Amino acid sequence: MKHLQELEDKSVYILREAYKNFDNLCMLWSIGKDSTVLLWLMRKAFFGHAPIPLVHIDTSYKIKEMIEYRDQLAKNWGLKLVVGQNREALASGMNPAHGRMGCCTALKTQGLQLVLDEKKYNGVIVGVRSDEEGTRAKERYFSPRDKNNDWDFRDQPPELWDQFKTRFEAGTHVRIHPLLDWTEINVWEYIQKEDIPVIPLYFDHGTGTRYRSLGCDPCTGSIQSTATTVAEIIEELRNTKVAERSGRAQDADRGMEKLRKDGYM
Amino acid sequence: MKESTENFQIVFVGHVDHGKSTLLGRLYADTDSLPVGHLDKVREICARQGKVFEYAFLFDAFLEEQEQGITIDTARTFFSWKQRHYIIIDAPGHKEFLKNMISGAARAEAAVLIIDAGEGIQEQSRRHGYLLSLLGVRQVVIVVNKMDLVGYREQLFSTIEREYRAFLAEFNLTPQYFIPASARNGDNVAQKSESMPWYKGPTLLESLGRFTKQPARTDLPLRLPVQDVYKFDARRIIAGRVEAGELRVGDTLVFSPSNKTAVVKSIEAFNVPNPPQSIPAGRSTGFTLDEQIFVERGEIASHKLSAPEVSDRIRANIFWMGKSPLKPRQRYHMRVVTTEVEMEVEAILGIIDASTLDQAESMNQVEENDVAEVIIRTKKPIAFDRYADIDTTGRFVIVEGFDIQGGGIVMEVLKDEQEPFRQEARRRDFEWRRGEVHLDERVQRNGHYPGIVLFTGEKGSGKARLARHLERRLFNSGRQVYLLDGKNLQYGLGTDLSDADKEEMVRRFGEVAQILLRSGQLVISTTNTFALADHQIIRTLVHPHAVITVHMSFALGSVPKNTDLNFLESDDLQQAAKQVIELMEENNVLC
Repeated sequence: MKHLQELEDKSVYILREAYKNFDNLCMLWSIGKDSTVLLWLMRKAFFGHAPIPLVHIDTSYKIKEMIEYRDQLAKNWGLKLVVGQNREALASGMNPAHGRMGCCTALKTQGLQLVLDEKKYNGVIVGVRSDEEGTRAKERYFSPRDKNNDWDFRDQPPELWDQFKTRFEAGTHVRIHPLLDWTEINVWEYIQKEDIPVIPLYFDHGTGTRYRSLGCDPCTGSIQSTATTVAEIIEELRNTKVAERSGRAQDADRGMEKLRKDGYM
Repeated sequence: MKESTENFQIVFVGHVDHGKSTLLGRLYADTDSLPVGHLDKVREICARQGKVFEYAFLFDAFLEEQEQGITIDTARTFFSWKQRHYIIIDAPGHKEFLKNMISGAARAEAAVLIIDAGEGIQEQSRRHGYLLSLLGVRQVVIVVNKMDLVGYREQLFSTIEREYRAFLAEFNLTPQYFIPASARNGDNVAQKSESMPWYKGPTLLESLGRFTKQPARTDLPLRLPVQDVYKFDARRIIAGRVEAGELRVGDTLVFSPSNKTAVVKSIEAFNVPNPPQSIPAGRSTGFTLDEQIFVERGEIASHKLSAPEVSDRIRANIFWMGKSPLKPRQRYHMRVVTTEVEMEVEAILGIIDASTLDQAESMNQVEENDVAEVIIRTKKPIAFDRYADIDTTGRFVIVEGFDIQGGGIVMEVLKDEQEPFRQEARRRDFEWRRGEVHLDERVQRNGHYPGIVLFTGEKGSGKARLARHLERRLFNSGRQVYLLDGKNLQYGLGTDLSDADKEEMVRRFGEVAQILLRSGQLVISTTNTFALADHQIIRTLVHPHAVITVHMSFALGSVPKNTDLNFLESDDLQQAAKQVIELMEENNVLC
């Protein structure tokens, strides 16, 4: 488990750099396993405390159990929870029937943008991993976004020797990625090692199916699996070659590249 | 996928079009590391677009990269082989994207450098080789690719090997393996080539498996740069990563450059059964001290007998990635682990074209992608090590504007005339026996920190008048203040000294001042007997207490270096004193 220690140390270092260098910092919490591990790492970095607000973008189409689990953990761990929602888009009838790109852009990307604008966060900690899909493999640990929230992947600043981009122009912000080097299995191994409470949707409850990746209810499919424990999930992952996000509709036809360039997580 | 017991980062570098992406694609395909259906999907897309399938397409995540057929940014991919989880960093080979190559290579524990057998050693082959050495990557395998296009000829391979080894040898880089390969046909990638029976060495995959994890730096002297100080609850936790050595409960630590000392009371951790008693190199940690000394981010904790260097002047090898050139005598910022300090390049000793190792003729500035040997001066003394002694505290980045634009390694610490005094101050501080009452208690009671105001300027320019006025004003507002005139030492403490022993007199003055500062006082120093160089000695001896320098003159003109405030003899006394006090407030001496 030495590799988990190595990953933890690096992530903790990144979180502390972020906390020191950004005066208005938040962490995105999708309620999924990755950002929950990230939240746990924050408690590691700050010795049991969660000094940074956690932003959850609620599209209103999230799976019901996710919201219950979110509120329970927020209470247990004393989290500062900030829930963002693009109410205007919802009021004008935006829903998944309008097509994936349109819906994700309005409810997630713009929903996030609204919170960022309102709270003026200049550092946003996000739990993306580079093994999730191609564009995320190109990310820096500290990745600048311009005034329009755009990511200029062509001209990213250098990043070396754990020295990060911690200065930025007014009006821009930096996305911070402490989990970049983690893989899906690492995340589960760490959940097992630290005994982190994850949302039960990841386990099979007798239907022979479970979620492998969590998003909005209409756009996230479950997979065939009888794994009921973290250990069984790890065993299952070691023997699969199916991509993690195969249940996620966004990834088809380079959808993620377009979404991410425009500010999606 | 089997359980992996360690992670290992490898960077793939080389000249553009020499086949990095193809080699990677092949490695993944032949080790069965691609997701189900991915190979077929890419083949199908190629067929649909009328393109010949290439293994390189397997990893091109961006539309743009596929269109241009080059890698723009460092991408990371993963595969597991024999209990090891490899993180492969695919660095771009185009000169324009050198900063991305550097970002990728700086993370790596080993490197694969690819050379096209047909094209031979090219500009980026050399530059990448040189940068790998500068970035500290010592485990290197060279793959001579596209051997199929040159008829798998041994002689050609040997020529490239000989030439490139000779080039790398000039900066002491010795690659562990030289492998003839064809990524397209899979020769010597994961499987031994049947077309090159003359080659007896390992395949690329085997060579990767033979690389070892960098040994932890636990055997080196302790280096723990302070990252932050937390007070989320009753604990005052100093957070940081052990860059070298080992931290133990009960250790007496010294902090450089402030020279403060304290004992480790506890090592703190979240969600562990028992609090740790020691923490080895590489770990992010936090600890508490036996007393509440003021330490801040940037200081390096070490043990007393193996403290890091402290200086404001170094000789360094640097590489520059900025679009605008690095120029001498311009302001930049330097970051060494968690310290950030203003710096300037005092002199350029040499500029090396990393692709030829030739010295450039003009040495006025360091251009983008250049490598140079320079002398750097920092505004304040900082703690660091020679790169050859401890790598993580011996390397730095240079920040211009909002971005990191350069990096370098410390070759030599340049000692200046202050060195004996700096050594004296450190020795004295490390051994200082504190009384029962701590400085922070004095600060609490006094309502201000200690600090010294040094007056400089010509005789008769009104230094004494302003100094006395300042003392009176500070005293009347309830401050602990004392005016220390150098003259007063002459017939007492310095009675054994002649005029020729001025440096010794200055040293004694500095030591007296630092005792007053330790007692929590504001010290005002005014004397005609000390020259500018003498003031620097005083600064060194009273470090890290706040120093404010006030210069007085008869007419406007140039002021000495490090002057904070400048007044004319004719200036209004009240107004001048007010400005000094305001600056003391700004510098957080007065609060």
